[in-house]
Amino acid sequence: MADLKLTGARKAFGAVDVLHGIDLEVKDGEFVVFVGPSGCGKSTLLRVIAGLEMVSAGEVHIDGERVTHLPASDRGLAMVFQSYALYPHMTVARNMAFALENMRLPKAEIDARVKRAAEMLRLTDYLDRKPKALSGGQRQRVAIGRAIVRDPKIFLFDEPLSNLDAELRVATRKELAALHAELGGTMIYVTHDQVEAMTLADRIVVLRAGRIEQVGAPLDLYNRPANAFVAGFIGSPRMNLLPATVIADDGTLRLRLGAREIAVPQATRGLRAGSAVTLGIRPEHIALAPDGGGQLDLTVDLVEQLGSEALVYAGHAGLPQITLRLDGQSRLARGATIPVRFSPDHIHLFDTDGLALPRP
Amino acid sequence: MAALARLLGARRDGPGRPLHWTDIASYAYLAFGVVLMFGPVLWLVFSSFKTQSALLEFPPSLMPMAQVEVTVAGQPNPLPLFRATLPDGSVKELAQIRRVGLVAQMVDPAEPDKTYRVAIDKREPVRKVALATENYTEPLRQFAFLRFLSNSLFVTVVATAITLLINSMAAYGLAVYEFRGKTAATLAVIGTLMIPITIVLVPVYLVVTELGLVNSLWAVILPGAATPTGVFLLRQYMLTLPRDLIEAARMDKASEWQIYWRIVMPLTLPALAVLAIFSIMWRWNEFLWPLAVLTKTEVYTLQIGLAAFQGELQTQWHYLLAMTVVTLAPVALVFVFLQRFITTGIGSTGMK
Repeated sequence: MADLKLTGARKAFGAVDVLHGIDLEVKDGEFVVFVGPSGCGKSTLLRVIAGLEMVSAGEVHIDGERVTHLPASDRGLAMVFQSYALYPHMTVARNMAFALENMRLPKAEIDARVKRAAEMLRLTDYLDRKPKALSGGQRQRVAIGRAIVRDPKIFLFDEPLSNLDAELRVATRKELAALHAELGGTMIYVTHDQVEAMTLADRIVVLRAGRIEQVGAPLDLYNRPANAFVAGFIGSPRMNLLPATVIADDGTLRLRLGAREIAVPQATRGLRAGSAVTLGIRPEHIALAPDGGGQLDLTVDLVEQLGSEALVYAGHAGLPQITLRLDGQSRLARGATIPVRFSPDHIHLFDTDGLALPRP
Repeated sequence: MAALARLLGARRDGPGRPLHWTDIASYAYLAFGVVLMFGPVLWLVFSSFKTQSALLEFPPSLMPMAQVEVTVAGQPNPLPLFRATLPDGSVKELAQIRRVGLVAQMVDPAEPDKTYRVAIDKREPVRKVALATENYTEPLRQFAFLRFLSNSLFVTVVATAITLLINSMAAYGLAVYEFRGKTAATLAVIGTLMIPITIVLVPVYLVVTELGLVNSLWAVILPGAATPTGVFLLRQYMLTLPRDLIEAARMDKASEWQIYWRIVMPLTLPALAVLAIFSIMWRWNEFLWPLAVLTKTEVYTLQIGLAAFQGELQTQWHYLLAMTVVTLAPVALVFVFLQRFITTGIGSTGMK
């Protein structure tokens, strides 16, 4: 168990900068998830931590010890690969024992550790099998078992669930959370799936183009995104981001949204009239206003019935398509016009650079 | 017979359907291929059991035949048996005592007292299939063939082991590591393929002489141990191994040697088997280089030993053919046992 500290970590492959100076601290026992779109550098960041790639500049400290130039084998970390990377010619037991043999542990100790991990992961019956005789979920558990037996300082997971089918992914996600609760180790987890990030993480690190956009607890990121990118990335379906123009900001903020003018009953932020802002509102914070008080009239494009809820995709002239999440089952038909109201407490405002305008 | 008909008649469409003409054409083509490939080998094997005279007879026969000889009472040596047509038109099997000009003096083995005089064009030799096993036993006794065999075995086994080891190490370096000049090094290795052995024969010979290795089997083993073909073959195969496996091993605290020896080598087994087959065939059949560096009979390999049957003035074909069969057999066996590795694909790598 250990903590991790990155200071100004940069990584360039030839002329291409992949990481632009990452500063990050991960506390002992914390479950941190790196999330971001493809190519944001999250996997590279994980490999830099693992020691599979060396930083071009900056420092990496594990447990207060500088490991910047230490190779992967000497850092004492364990990694679960996206492809699982099980050794195909070894049995499950040998796969798990391989690292321990390299650490020159006594045979009895190796057997005991493998047995314990196998019990924890329900692999006892498969110890003599080769990886190709296992199902995807079992291979996944072997890969995790290979990390567990090591008793590593930090567990690293590189998109470990992306090769599983949807049902198994949900089950394994819960198992991972249980595993973290049981082992209590420091875990760093890379995914592009914000649902995994939300459900597993103590803290989420949102990355974009080699830079950290925001670090925080899942709900903090959900409730108070630092910028439009995080706002759009965290949450599913994604937050509606609508271009708006400030009409006046004197007591109540009045915005022009499409052809309509809406009032945001929040304390003033001192915005200049005429300046452009982006209004962010999550699908569940838009309500139908059938009996007056509607701020915007929308035309229904598509309704997705999920049983417990309905997703309504609707349009308004001059605005991008707006998503609404309605509880229960909706009777709305395509082409219907619906007046809607925005929940005033849940409106996010972003300036032209995409940065969140602080709530007063 | 019915089973055979069913087997031959079986088609993917279902059993019992008659053969389409394309099937017949395919079988004919394949049969032609089999004859083309195995005909000469078969001829070689059959001929290796022929006596020297049977080899030279015309028209040649496929099977090794020999004239039947019988022991007749009152005659010191076994006599050759003929089927003779007597002047009265009857046909009798007679043994020939001697031949004088165009007339043969013959005797009936059943009645040794009675002799016949038969014109030589009125008699035909009685022949049966006879294996001249002395073609095999004689050289083994007379020449140091077991010695040559053990020399060849030693060269082949040791050279193949060394080849597999050092070629796979070079291939590992060229496949797994990133370093400046990697491509240049790879190209240089492959480039040496274009240099024929005859060009380097003399310089390598000088090196071997300097090292005092002439007339030692190591002089045959060492110079050819590093083969560009082997390095290239293994490198290309190693490139197909998932990099994740190597990185997983690094995370698992494996040293570079352990990654090479315990992860990459077992997974490269199909390619190693192919190279092993090649190396065994190269080494077993190698002729020119051993001929240059091995001058003493006791260090001869089989191929050099075989050449000894081919004298300047006469060639002992019957021995040469028999020993060629002996020489071929091990390589053929190796191929039979290892060929499944050639056809084995990459197999599951445990990756998805």
